[in-house]
Amino acid sequence: MSLVPSIPPTTEQALFLGMAGLAAAASLGVVAIKSPIRAALCLVLNFFVLAFIYFSLGAQLLGITQIIVYAGAIMVLFLFVIMLLNLSAESETRKKFDFKIPLAALVGLGVFGIVGSQVLLPLQAINQPLSANDWGKPQALGYSLFTVYAWPIEAVSILLLVGIVGSIVLAKRKV
Amino acid sequence: MVYDFLANLRDNNPLLLGLIRVLLIIVPILTLVPGLIWYERRLLSWMQDRVGPNRVATITLKNGKKIKLFGLLQPIADGVKLFFKEDITPKAIDRLIYFFAPALALFPAFALGGTMPWGPSEGFYGLLTPIANVDIGVLYVLAISSLGVYGIVLAGYASNNKYSLLGGLRSSAQLISYELAMGVAVASIVLATGSLKLTEIVRAQEGPLFGAITGLQNWFILTPYGFVAAVVFLICMVAESNRAPFDLPEAENEIIAGYHTEYSSMKFAVFFMGEYAAMFIFSGIFATLFLGGYNMLPINWLALGDYSSALKGVGEFMHSVNYWGAPIWFIGKCVFGITVYIWARATLPRLRYDQLMSLGWKSLLPTAVANFVVVAIWILAVRLHGFWIGVAAAALSYGMMYFLFKSFLGTVDKDKKVLEKRSVELVDGVVPEPVAAS
Repeated sequence: MSLVPSIPPTTEQALFLGMAGLAAAASLGVVAIKSPIRAALCLVLNFFVLAFIYFSLGAQLLGITQIIVYAGAIMVLFLFVIMLLNLSAESETRKKFDFKIPLAALVGLGVFGIVGSQVLLPLQAINQPLSANDWGKPQALGYSLFTVYAWPIEAVSILLLVGIVGSIVLAKRKV
Repeated sequence: MVYDFLANLRDNNPLLLGLIRVLLIIVPILTLVPGLIWYERRLLSWMQDRVGPNRVATITLKNGKKIKLFGLLQPIADGVKLFFKEDITPKAIDRLIYFFAPALALFPAFALGGTMPWGPSEGFYGLLTPIANVDIGVLYVLAISSLGVYGIVLAGYASNNKYSLLGGLRSSAQLISYELAMGVAVASIVLATGSLKLTEIVRAQEGPLFGAITGLQNWFILTPYGFVAAVVFLICMVAESNRAPFDLPEAENEIIAGYHTEYSSMKFAVFFMGEYAAMFIFSGIFATLFLGGYNMLPINWLALGDYSSALKGVGEFMHSVNYWGAPIWFIGKCVFGITVYIWARATLPRLRYDQLMSLGWKSLLPTAVANFVVVAIWILAVRLHGFWIGVAAAALSYGMMYFLFKSFLGTVDKDKKVLEKRSVELVDGVVPEPVAAS
């Protein structure tokens, strides 16, 4: 089976399909599973598998950042909050017909259609499964960040600093 | 011959070679963990002035003579006990997560060694270590160590026990707090090395000390910035592996046994094993980052010939000893790290929760960040103006950082509440009046 007609089926493709399938299943689990902690774990799994897809593309830095930032820090915070509030699975059953459900489905399908029509067609023409050599390595990223994009990254870091200071000011006790 | 076989494997069957590399990390850890438990119990006993387990494996011969093995088989007896204990599973648990959590706790402990080199990357050992010499070596270590919290948090949640939950919560808060300082401490080493690869970090430490003294190796713990980073990393490393004095997640006098209260038999043993494996590998990482990795002593043996031609032969001999004994030196450094762990456990009382947080956020993180800035200044000044200007600039910036920090604390702490202070005088002292919290 070939995902993209122009690429012959290979081991890489089988690997990709396996990981992508797992990621998709995990992301389905996030919204489908009732228990909040299991849903959060599905999200962790999704991030983890996504990182492996990045690794398989040669984007080492992106993959490891995905694990450090999302799986290692943000999701731990999520779990922390879930455990702190001791949320349990919702027990209420939805009986009444809610007009929001078909509306949401319609909007979702619409967004999928718009994005898909733009993305899927160009994907058909891709015949190079791997990026250029050294593309995802930390050296390449660091070099471009500190030469070409030096000003944007400074601006972003100042923005983050402002965010940190703001959160401290908001959270701090009155002196 | 072995070399040819391995080189052939590398060219024709890299998957098998990869498996051999993985086994060379996993098998030593699995075999050393029981010995480690014995070592900890004996050393702890010695430090606390008691005997410790010394009876198991004493063989009494027919003529009444005894062969003593210092209780070396105690871990086997413990293991058998753990195997045959009743495995109690509480009813009101989240079964899937409950059974999954111990495995999740063990996985990062073993995966942590994935990029750690235990031997030189040239020649024979280069074929066997590290498992993956990727460009993101240090980041991999940080990422995997941050995953270690999942096993504990999920165990705490799934047990459906208040104390377990508290243990899990404490653990997650602790890991998030100490991860930051650890990352920044590592970042200063990465800055000094110019590479994220662990093999490159070790190679940078084989260079001349401070870039000036050719006879000695530039082990990062010998440099001023590396020493600060090493202290920060060491504290964070103990905190990350939930060991005393940072064992709040399993503080037995407060929350029974924390996250593994509801685990018995082998499931508890898996947590136990994960903790010791993590200790072992964290010590290895510490050795790799700061103690010159697999090198025996901080001496450039080959450079000895420059000082005196009489030393040339000795230097060459010691160089090959240094090369071929690499795994031994590395394991020796791991054992040193574990000894420090046990030493800390025997010496320091457990931190209170607010002390834990203020140590992590108010001491370690500012220290690590200041150190990071100093490393950058050091490197820039050395490159532009030479070694001594670099030293002066680093010393000056350390001083400035210190005064900035002090004055900052002065403005913040001026209106701080006076917390309860406790002190105990044991001999002939006047018992101090307790200071009431205002």
